[in-house]
Amino acid sequence: MADPNFRKLPPPAQAPEDEPFWAAAAEGTLLIRRCRSCGDAHHYPRAICPYCFSSDTAWQASKGEGEIYSVSVMRRGANAPYALAYVTLDEGPSMLTNITACDFDALSIGQRVAVRFVPTEGGPPVPMFTPIGD
Amino acid sequence: MTIRNMAYIVGAFEHPTRHAPDKSTPQLHAECAVGALADAGLCAADVDGYFCAGDAPGFGGMSMIDYLGLNVRHVDSTETGGSSYILHVSHAAQAIAAGKCSVALITLAGRPRSEPFGRTAGGAPETPFESWCGTTTHNSYGMCAARHFHEYGTGPEQLAWIKVAASTHAQHNPYAMLRDLVTVEDVLASPMISDPLRRLDCCVVSDGGGALLVVAPDIAKSLDRPLISVRGAGEAVKGPMGGRNLDLTISAAARSGPAAFEEAGVSPSDIKYASIYDSFTITVLIQLEDLGFCAKGEGGRFVADGNLISGVGRLPFNTDGGGLCNNHPTYRGGITKVIEAVRQLRGEAHPAVQVPNCDLAVASGIGGSLGTRHGAATLILERQ
Repeated sequence: MADPNFRKLPPPAQAPEDEPFWAAAAEGTLLIRRCRSCGDAHHYPRAICPYCFSSDTAWQASKGEGEIYSVSVMRRGANAPYALAYVTLDEGPSMLTNITACDFDALSIGQRVAVRFVPTEGGPPVPMFTPIGD
Repeated sequence: MTIRNMAYIVGAFEHPTRHAPDKSTPQLHAECAVGALADAGLCAADVDGYFCAGDAPGFGGMSMIDYLGLNVRHVDSTETGGSSYILHVSHAAQAIAAGKCSVALITLAGRPRSEPFGRTAGGAPETPFESWCGTTTHNSYGMCAARHFHEYGTGPEQLAWIKVAASTHAQHNPYAMLRDLVTVEDVLASPMISDPLRRLDCCVVSDGGGALLVVAPDIAKSLDRPLISVRGAGEAVKGPMGGRNLDLTISAAARSGPAAFEEAGVSPSDIKYASIYDSFTITVLIQLEDLGFCAKGEGGRFVADGNLISGVGRLPFNTDGGGLCNNHPTYRGGITKVIEAVRQLRGEAHPAVQVPNCDLAVASGIGGSLGTRHGAATLILERQ
């Protein structure tokens, strides 16, 4: 089992636009952004909807579950191995993340995963994912 | 061609803020874009050209185009400091006059009072959400390959054929970093770098460089060199765009390629030689599909069995050995793609790899990161 805390993670840079996201992350909640105008959710969050340019967007708590859209396990270099992935959230958008605390050789596209916030050095925790039961 | 009376400024917006500690720089760019579009009575979907300079956070225009969710066919991030946006009006007029875009958006924004130099200035909007992911080119392109394998049954031995073809050509290039012929088995036996890409699926790292001269027709005809014309060109930028309907098996070349072929008035079946940016083997496979050399999902079968080898297959590619074997100066392989295409069209490639009667070639590239934000550019070049 990979130790989710093995990689030292630098604190994420923070912009004023994203402050609620990181405040929620510190509480263990994954926020996504949904447009009240066109109804679609997106990630990473923007103040203005990337689909219809409306500024009527709002934070929404994600259930924090989804499936692996694609995954590539980095086998060489600093901090290897680790698994870069896109996870498609049940609410719709796909997000770039890592799959952690798992057997990297057993990962597959379509696998169900749940969010697992991982500490950073001096900053808020970041949303990685870990496989959940069949 | 002149720009006189070929383009008009229809929208203009000055942001009212003078102190914006509560907003991000990309957000200010977006608010300015909204304001200019409202002033003009246009919407974001009308925008097909985007212009920005060094104040735009991120990697050229790619971060901002992804942030804004734009779908453009022309992008220009020429940086001349504070004069950039005046120059951009001129470049936009040139692009519109040439038919390369019809609605050009130029944005500027920044927060020097709220965000002094040295803090987070210049940070791309995606950085807070991606910097900790450990994204490299290897695993970014690896995810694209993994998804292509999953959706279309593509296999590592098919990707390996791309490297085999490149190495077949590199044998004849005395400057190539890797001149040894490799087999499919050699590729599959090389160490895994980031699943499913192995070491021999990756391009070389090299010092070096290149240059090109593009001139007016009367000057070209006054010189004692073969006439190599730019017959068509296309460009596009693609990103996750908020993660809706993500598809890592399609690149921005799916828009740059058809645009270039349409302008040139030719089809992929007319092409005698192809320079295809080969940062990784998967980069070639996805571009070949997107350029229309085969259907989406058929790339694995298309590249197999030596189909990219000069004198053997249907589509000779990267006859200098490409980035996979020859050269990838400063991690940027676009210019060497054009250079080898020019050699082929002039008949100046190595005799062992020269394509007979090579009068029409394509040079196409993917820059940035295929799995996140990237730009594609395609040229159709012709010997006259």
